[in-house]
Amino acid sequence: MKKMTSLLLAAMLVMGLAACGTNGNAETSAAATEAPTEAPATTEAAKNDAKVMSYAEYAAADLDSEVTIEAYVQAKQSWWENKATVYAQDHDGAYFLYDMACSEEDYAKLVPGTKIRVTGFKGEWAGEVEIMDAAFEIIEGADSFIAEAQDVTALLGTEELIEHQNEFVSFKDMTVESAGKDDAGNDVAFLYNYDGSGEDGSDLYFKVSVNGETYTFLVESYLCDKTSDVYNAVKNLKIGDVVDMEGFLYWYEGVNPHITSVTVK
Amino acid sequence: MKIRRFTSFAAAVGIALALTGCHGTREMNTFEIPQEFDTSRNYEISFWAKNDTNKTQTEIYERAIQDFERLYPNIKVNLRLYTDYGKIYNDVITNISTQTTPNVCITYPDHIATYLTGENTVIPLDRMIAHPSYGLGGSELRFEGPTEEEMIPQFMQECQIEGRTYAMPYMRSTECCYINKTLVEKLGYEIPEILTWDYIWEVSEAALEQDANGIYTLNGQKVLIPFIYKSTDNMMIQMLRQKGAEYSDAFGKIGIFNDTAKEILYTVAEHTKTGAFSTFKISSYPANFLNAGQCLFAVDSTAGATWMGSYAPLSDISADKFVEFETEVRPVPQFDPKNPKMISQGPSVCIFNKQDPQEVLASWLFTQYLLSNDVQIAYSQTEGYVPVTTKAQNDPSYKDYLSRSGEDNELHYDVKLQAAKLLMDHTEDTFVTPVFNGSASLRNAAGQMIENVAKSVRRNQAVDEAYMKTLQEDITSLYHLDQLEGAGNVGDAPRDLGPLPKTSVALLSTLAAAWVLILLYLLHEKWHKKGK
Repeated sequence: MKKMTSLLLAAMLVMGLAACGTNGNAETSAAATEAPTEAPATTEAAKNDAKVMSYAEYAAADLDSEVTIEAYVQAKQSWWENKATVYAQDHDGAYFLYDMACSEEDYAKLVPGTKIRVTGFKGEWAGEVEIMDAAFEIIEGADSFIAEAQDVTALLGTEELIEHQNEFVSFKDMTVESAGKDDAGNDVAFLYNYDGSGEDGSDLYFKVSVNGETYTFLVESYLCDKTSDVYNAVKNLKIGDVVDMEGFLYWYEGVNPHITSVTVK
Repeated sequence: MKIRRFTSFAAAVGIALALTGCHGTREMNTFEIPQEFDTSRNYEISFWAKNDTNKTQTEIYERAIQDFERLYPNIKVNLRLYTDYGKIYNDVITNISTQTTPNVCITYPDHIATYLTGENTVIPLDRMIAHPSYGLGGSELRFEGPTEEEMIPQFMQECQIEGRTYAMPYMRSTECCYINKTLVEKLGYEIPEILTWDYIWEVSEAALEQDANGIYTLNGQKVLIPFIYKSTDNMMIQMLRQKGAEYSDAFGKIGIFNDTAKEILYTVAEHTKTGAFSTFKISSYPANFLNAGQCLFAVDSTAGATWMGSYAPLSDISADKFVEFETEVRPVPQFDPKNPKMISQGPSVCIFNKQDPQEVLASWLFTQYLLSNDVQIAYSQTEGYVPVTTKAQNDPSYKDYLSRSGEDNELHYDVKLQAAKLLMDHTEDTFVTPVFNGSASLRNAAGQMIENVAKSVRRNQAVDEAYMKTLQEDITSLYHLDQLEGAGNVGDAPRDLGPLPKTSVALLSTLAAAWVLILLYLLHEKWHKKGK
């Protein structure tokens, strides 16, 4: 009896301590390191009754003013912690929706062509005009629209190009130039990161020219990762290749297109 | 181009994954230092490193690995490159649960505090450091590394968590103010040795005069943001420290919501409203504005010095946007110039535990090699970093490097050397914030308060007492500050601890049952004796 009782007591204590050890740390860890899960309430959320602006009205709106637009999703760049970054466009112009409040469930619904109503604040970061701190709703039963890539090759280097900021565009018959040199001093057609400091999976930078001017384009790795066709197409480029490209006319201290397809001619 | 703000994606994911990353982690055995390094075997170790989107830094890592592998042919080091700490943190957290962490990893102590929620995940280094054969300056090392005495004590101290050393410092930097001296003097101001906050605000406001066409008279351009701060986390942390105000204690007690913080936020609001102040997150990199003559005071890391100034070797803006000006480098603005305080930052290196102690020892040897003069001096010269050993700092080649400031705009770029010297001159004035599980969240919260206030002002929202109250609630909720360990004092309300966890209920029930059985047993014995 004594032995049995002792064993029973010991077993119960061990079980109790084991239970304590299994999850205690993990629960503490979870609570203490949890990430932001929602946009701060001091940032105003979408208002369904706000007047929807035309693209022209949006373009004319002051920076930092509240804007409401309706547009069609063209591509998704990233989702994290209930925030999505999305390229959107309507029949008149395009919008870059930066860190828009979005559940993972809703993010899955944002397939290209989906019409959404977005309310947020117009901002500008390094020349890129965008809607930030936004909320959105999917317009049920609305039509769908996927923009045709507009050829803006002739506008490169002109003041007019910025009017197409964020649009889905194409560039025709451009020639691949040297993007820099590799460790052996040889010219290369692309670099991982702008200076070659990255590795496979980093943004890909490459240079293309037309009419004697050279421009820097990139494959943005969150938009098109290393498994994408465009990423691998750029890795196979050779200096002197003539290429057609499509992508979004992003801006960073000047034109900085996020290329989504490359065709070698 | 520099790291784009899209990379913040990785940092945030990292924090999110910390939620689940340590759940279900199989625990590692406690590491015991082997008596001897077994050179009859081959080892393959992984090194996750961070560079500042700087190819030279990548090359230095690669060369260090080659040199190390020549010394230790049985150790192969696989380099994996990152360009921001958040992504490393993210990947480490993900890999802790599958025991596929790297062997050696560039990190911040804030992050290690989270890694430590996994049992025996990160190797405590104190006994390794002191080991006579394989420790710092050990007899069996195949290279001349620093001795323990040659590690700068302040930097070593920053790698301690709860009294144990969990990392080795790799490089150190601080923040500094890069100044367009030409524009400041054009306004009629001289630049003091130590900037004060009053001075910064006064000059910034004075710079804002515009003509009828909206052109700023000072720079003749349509754009001028006199004062831009890169890391608002650091801005709030340093201002609180300079004022002697609370931030947090080592146990995670949050003190950030205080009257001083509120006063700082009102000041931020005042100067955002006039256009005198903005932040990286709102506008862009301070360097881009500074170099275009659109900024007077740009606060950024000393490790960003090569991007600053008219002749900066690295730049994101096109050559035609650069303007000619003289650059001065000063410590971050102070409230008490006689008692300056600035944050210490920069990468450290930690070692993850593995089943094979010999593999851990191989990792430790490589970690020490990163502290050797060859690596320390070469890497520190890529930016406004300083070496973390007196051995490197006192090396004639390093002293020669420092003495040749301005000889060229590459290796001896004067702004970079000014930045490095600034930290060396002010090492005693640096500080770090307490490290605990969740301290990274608190750091983010500190900056977010400034960002929110600045954005709200720009959007013509009222920043008043009611706003401040809501801001505190939002930030507390957003960063779960009321759930941090020891965070019972966020706000004044008593903290509701909620229901007991199931595991605690199980433990208490078991103990209660055990006591009942003990009592029953004693009663049974008593009854049995009486029966006899």
